[in-house]
Amino acid sequence: MSLSEKEVLKKVEGLPLPLNIKKSLGDELKEVEINEEEFQEIAGLVVADYERSKVEPCEAVGVVAAQSIGEPGTQMTMRTFHYAGVAEINVTLGLPRLIEIVDARKIPSTPTMTVRLEKDYALDRDIAREVAWSIESTNILHLGSIATDLAEMNVVIELNEDALIQRKITAEEVAQRLEEGTKLKLSADQHGNQIILTPPEPSYRDLLQLVEKIKTISLKGIEGINRVVIRKEGGEYVLYTEGSALKEVIQFEGVDPTRTKTNNITEIGDVLGIEAARNAIINEATDTLREQGLSVDVRHIMLVADIMTCDGEVKQIGRHGVSGEKASVLARAAFEVTVNHILDAAVRGEVDDLRGVTENVIVGQPIQLGTGDVQLVEKR
Amino acid sequence: MKKFALQDHDLVPAHILLSPEESEEMLKSYGVDSAQLPKIHVTDPVVKEIGGKVGDVVKIIRKSYTSGESVFYRLVID
Repeated sequence: MSLSEKEVLKKVEGLPLPLNIKKSLGDELKEVEINEEEFQEIAGLVVADYERSKVEPCEAVGVVAAQSIGEPGTQMTMRTFHYAGVAEINVTLGLPRLIEIVDARKIPSTPTMTVRLEKDYALDRDIAREVAWSIESTNILHLGSIATDLAEMNVVIELNEDALIQRKITAEEVAQRLEEGTKLKLSADQHGNQIILTPPEPSYRDLLQLVEKIKTISLKGIEGINRVVIRKEGGEYVLYTEGSALKEVIQFEGVDPTRTKTNNITEIGDVLGIEAARNAIINEATDTLREQGLSVDVRHIMLVADIMTCDGEVKQIGRHGVSGEKASVLARAAFEVTVNHILDAAVRGEVDDLRGVTENVIVGQPIQLGTGDVQLVEKR
Repeated sequence: MKKFALQDHDLVPAHILLSPEESEEMLKSYGVDSAQLPKIHVTDPVVKEIGGKVGDVVKIIRKSYTSGESVFYRLVID
């Protein structure tokens, strides 16, 4: 008697296998007619094959991961500073970026965000552009020109009417923001599209400093987001930003908060939590490697990401992170700044239990990996 | 201020707070004690969202590239 499709799927569901294997096994068995005995044989083979493909106990997965990421890393270009698709935004790629990821830098050298928009905003270029302008930090040079009048000892700003309309800001608002932003007690006289700023005391130095100060004041948008470019991707418009402020941007009207991300992993950790940071490490590292035409098995990268996030915060692989927190003095000393570690350990009177790999190599004992980890246990 | 559930974000997997009985059972099945679990801070935005306290165990159902779905546990610390 052959099994019905429903019965087969139910039996597949109960097998001790990962979801993906169960799914493809179910798909394969859907169309074929099999009986209980045949099913048991197939299931037995699949489970046995799966068990065989697992990493064996005492396997040195860390070393394998290090080699698997490190070797292709040697073939990466050192100097890459261009983003293939978006011509206008520079993004660090290649080896420098990979180093940045495993070093868990607080701020990457080129922070960027990928801002995806909600349905109503993503399909129309003009609406997407409006969102882009509301996010982009606007300074006075976007809106008009600055001139210094040395005879009257003041700064004259001529605003461009079109630019004001485009960026949805009024001359009054500009004047007010400038007054607040300069942190000086000065009067901003605004007549139509002309703003005249007079420093409290007439001095050439103050006047020139004032001009420089005005140029840095953010009038609208998010400070730190210096440029936003729009690109069409798979039927929708996507914004790419230079500078990163995830927490602020996801609050914006029209921005889809669930699909917006940044390349700053620490920031993701702060805003979205440690699990999101783990996913971000995996995605960023895979993308960086793939962009260079290298394919590294994702399991190695997953291991790195897991180790970096296992303490609840993103910590680097290196002296101030994973390697620096090892329990063994000898293992730490073998990594970097040897003398300091040994000296500190001596001062504190540390004891090395010789349980790791490095320590045992140093003292010349079998390491506790593979067959070296097998011990006899007496049964009483 | 626009509100959205952090767990809806593409990068955030499902976090489930385990009851003390459930976490006890889980620890027993793996043969570990809670201190050996990976950690998550009580200040983590997702932990705040689900209302986790120090000492709780969070079950995380990750989307995995290799196995489709994988289950992970973290202990809430401060």
